[in-house]
Amino acid sequence: MSLKISIIGGGVAGLCVARELVDRGADITLYERGDGIGKHACSWWAGGMLAPYCEGETAEDIVVQLGLKAADWWQKSVGKGAKSGRKGAEKAQKVRKNGTLVVSLARDHADLQRFTRRTKYFTRLDADEISRLEPDLKDRFSKGLFFENEAHLSPREVMMTLRDLLVFEGVKFIRDEVEPELIAKDGLTIDCRGLAAKDNLADLRGVKGEMLMLSCLDVNISRPVRLLHPRIPIYIVPRGDGIYMLGATMIESSGGKYATARSVLELLSAAYALNPAFGEAEILEIGVDSRPAFPDNIPRVGKNGNVISINGLYRHGFLLAPAMAQMVAAHIFDNKSLEMKHEYSA
Amino acid sequence: MMRKFYGTELSNGLMLGTAQYPSPAILADAFERSGAAVATVSLRRESGRDKAGQDFWELIQRLGVHVLPNTAGCHTVKEAVTTAHMAREIFGTKWIKLEVIGEEDLLHPDVFGLVEAARVLSEDGFEVFPYCTEDLVVADKLLNAGCEVLMPWGAPIGSGQGLNNLFGLRALRAHFPDVPLVIDAGLGLPSHAAQAMELGFDAVLLNTAVAKAGEPALMAEAFGLALKAGQMAALADPMEKRDMAAPSTPVIGKAFLS
Repeated sequence: MSLKISIIGGGVAGLCVARELVDRGADITLYERGDGIGKHACSWWAGGMLAPYCEGETAEDIVVQLGLKAADWWQKSVGKGAKSGRKGAEKAQKVRKNGTLVVSLARDHADLQRFTRRTKYFTRLDADEISRLEPDLKDRFSKGLFFENEAHLSPREVMMTLRDLLVFEGVKFIRDEVEPELIAKDGLTIDCRGLAAKDNLADLRGVKGEMLMLSCLDVNISRPVRLLHPRIPIYIVPRGDGIYMLGATMIESSGGKYATARSVLELLSAAYALNPAFGEAEILEIGVDSRPAFPDNIPRVGKNGNVISINGLYRHGFLLAPAMAQMVAAHIFDNKSLEMKHEYSA
Repeated sequence: MMRKFYGTELSNGLMLGTAQYPSPAILADAFERSGAAVATVSLRRESGRDKAGQDFWELIQRLGVHVLPNTAGCHTVKEAVTTAHMAREIFGTKWIKLEVIGEEDLLHPDVFGLVEAARVLSEDGFEVFPYCTEDLVVADKLLNAGCEVLMPWGAPIGSGQGLNNLFGLRALRAHFPDVPLVIDAGLGLPSHAAQAMELGFDAVLLNTAVAKAGEPALMAEAFGLALKAGQMAALADPMEKRDMAAPSTPVIGKAFLS
């Protein structure tokens, strides 16, 4: 008989854990808030960059290491060749492995210089090379960095696809807000609630992020572009069909349902600096949420009785959830310890 | 001799900002290793209203140093005053680092708005630390408005240029011998902090130079040491510069004026 496990939380962490545990033959029930996957999970608002090397600018080395295999994990789990759930699932947005471009305006070349010193595995580009890579950025930037081995995905599509696949494979999704302690009376429970678990995790905090979804058919950018700036670094991630995700602010704040005018102004002016044609973009959405983070901005897995918790994925949900999920599966089925080790990136 | 800041004696003259660190854990490490006496915190008004920044503020308060909230990013007197009130309520301190920005490229203080806001806040019982330039007239007006501390810039915020106008800063120090003076903004290296202390300034306030260093805590410690070195040098009564070489060992047997 297969092991019954409950997962609480239908964000990227919960879904990845479900994927790993189902692969090990577990019988999974997943509790999610609200009306199914969507706005309740901060992963819904994520950029979807699988960019471990770029994140290394500020993130600790373990974040880089644990994120190295994320793109392959996602490719295997939801890309072409993944077991198809329902009709159409096989067409799901593939993980695009076409790298990351990092640029700055001439006045902020000091920031580019610093980025160069803090990161690894890139090539330096001049103006011509930048415009060969992204013709719509022609003549706008004289220097840039290209991180060839990075990837991106479309968080919402990927989450929906993964959910469909899990439903197809027998995972029961229940729309209910439940307490881990109560559920755990009936068996092993994985708490993936993010900020909602704050009552149990004293040093968990929220880091507010604001983002925009733009539709701009005049601009064609094929890969994530990071525009460095001393105060307002932004990134833009193409979602295909002229849709771009523009993000994201990082504010030490756990609340706020709305984006501020200032943040939106700053994000938009950065997009405008990238290419003035973004001035004609339509704003499809203004999104806000808070990322759960621990003081060192590194995720944690912990165990208390029958409850295993994964939390603090910060701005690295899609990058780190696969490794965290593998760690939990290895603990449950192979009796491995829950310490953060680089081996899970292998 | 350590000048007091509104009656408070600080253990040292290092004031560290709390923004832009890779993580709060690294921030805390930077404070511990540098021994900084004051933490400045900027308050975004939208996070003050519903106390949404509570987790971060508690973290700052746990550092166990004096908290100096600031009005970073404010462009008008009204914004700065509102932010100051919010900060007083949240942090329970009368101290406020007053920033009224007048120009975006250099983040140059709007000295007119600054003086006005300083007057409003001082009358309301705040102890104002105004972010100003080395302008003597502005400094005088700030003191008349009720300020008992001045915070002239070394260079534009975040520029890392060090002390751009040595002459002006010396003049400021000489002109207001009894006023606590803090070099605020523009420092990039520990040697800049040492230089400020050598000039007789009472403290330095910096953020980017530490937060954006590859190893913030290590850089913070370096700043702490430099500050101490500069302070000791100032106390040691440095030698005067001279135009000619002066041999430190007597040259026996040589004519004086050959």
